[in-house]
Amino acid sequence: MEKFGYAQSQKYDTYASRLMPREEFFTSGHRSCQGCGEALAVRWVCKAIGKDAIIAHATGCMEIVSSGLPQTAWMHPWIHVAFENTAAVASGIDAALKILARKGKLAGAPPKVVAMGGDGGTSDIGLQALSGAMERGHNFTYICWDNEAYMNTGIQRSSSTPFGAMTTTSPPGKESIGQSTWKKDMVAIAVAHNIPYVATACPSYPFDLYFKVKKAIEMPGPAYIHVLSVCPTGWRSATDLSVRLGRLAVETAVFPLYEVEHGRYHLTVEAPRLRPVKDYLKPQGRFRHLREPELDFIQRMIRARYELLLEKCRQPYGEFATVPFTPEPEQEVA
Amino acid sequence: MSKPLEQTTWQEVELGGLLREPGSARAYRTGDWRSQHPVWTKSRCIRCGVCWTVCPEPAIIEEPGGYFDMDPNYCKGCGICAKECVTGCISMVPEEE
Repeated sequence: MEKFGYAQSQKYDTYASRLMPREEFFTSGHRSCQGCGEALAVRWVCKAIGKDAIIAHATGCMEIVSSGLPQTAWMHPWIHVAFENTAAVASGIDAALKILARKGKLAGAPPKVVAMGGDGGTSDIGLQALSGAMERGHNFTYICWDNEAYMNTGIQRSSSTPFGAMTTTSPPGKESIGQSTWKKDMVAIAVAHNIPYVATACPSYPFDLYFKVKKAIEMPGPAYIHVLSVCPTGWRSATDLSVRLGRLAVETAVFPLYEVEHGRYHLTVEAPRLRPVKDYLKPQGRFRHLREPELDFIQRMIRARYELLLEKCRQPYGEFATVPFTPEPEQEVA
Repeated sequence: MSKPLEQTTWQEVELGGLLREPGSARAYRTGDWRSQHPVWTKSRCIRCGVCWTVCPEPAIIEEPGGYFDMDPNYCKGCGICAKECVTGCISMVPEEE
């Protein structure tokens, strides 16, 4: 990773589209909606993880659109698993690779193990398997496509849906303002497992996403990446705004991009001046019903959370104390 | 799949839903979904490749001269490339019959 100079000298590096790899591992012909931010994220993540990888993918939008049965859009060895056991299957693959390497049946470096899932498959249904796999310390990377609702079954709310958003199971009206709870902080849950690498990413910043995935793949031990992917269908936004909305989410600090390496927070994309959160909410039809008091509440809440994150980034020490484990040298018996 | 999608029956799918050919979705043309398509004004194009970067399909291919163009087989006409183009050289044109 050092040769890319990522996170050390971001200021002086040249990122150009033309320097990125041209090979596509997520091919054309998948059935995602027009302007799907998730498909863009998958495309860049698949480029970043490279050729040698095994993917376990939870049920969800990306599974539905990419693998209509006699056809598949994936170039990797790919296994579709149920909502609740994505991380369990990934840890099984990792254990199998270890056994194969021990028996000498695996030539060369073992392939990378990647698990992917939507926000429902990650923060609602698959949380126990993910928590177990991260706690056991399997060498795998979990990537969560966060489009903030169950889009594939018709926009039902998930625990990742932001406050005030309209979904079919949290409809706004006289008694309700849409989703009544704040978005679950899945990144903080992953950080609390004390795993080596946790990051948030967004396909509107493809180079940031690309190098974060590269870093996560090369890091031994579990890694977790939370990718905000704009969904024009579910967010009720124009299809051509997908990339711009992701950028607005970062610039308004609704979804700040940061990484947590061994408990140390580091902001990777820093907005010089935060934009008002209204800029982000206005193009989306799912926030259309919000009035001034709710907008003001969201603005204050997001500012407070961002201040907290900046405070964490300023900490000279990590979230967890890490002391190298060195067993005491054995005493020689005289 | 050697046969077209419409002619494949369930008996021909392997047990367990095994697919042996990677990237076989290329046979499915998503291009006929679109109602508009991007057009590049070459005189204003600086060949930066941002349109290629942000295409979710990917349906933007590089021509020999370094310019980019859409792949009519797969472009769904979302318009992200026109919105994100640095010089504004891409415009969306309605599809004609």
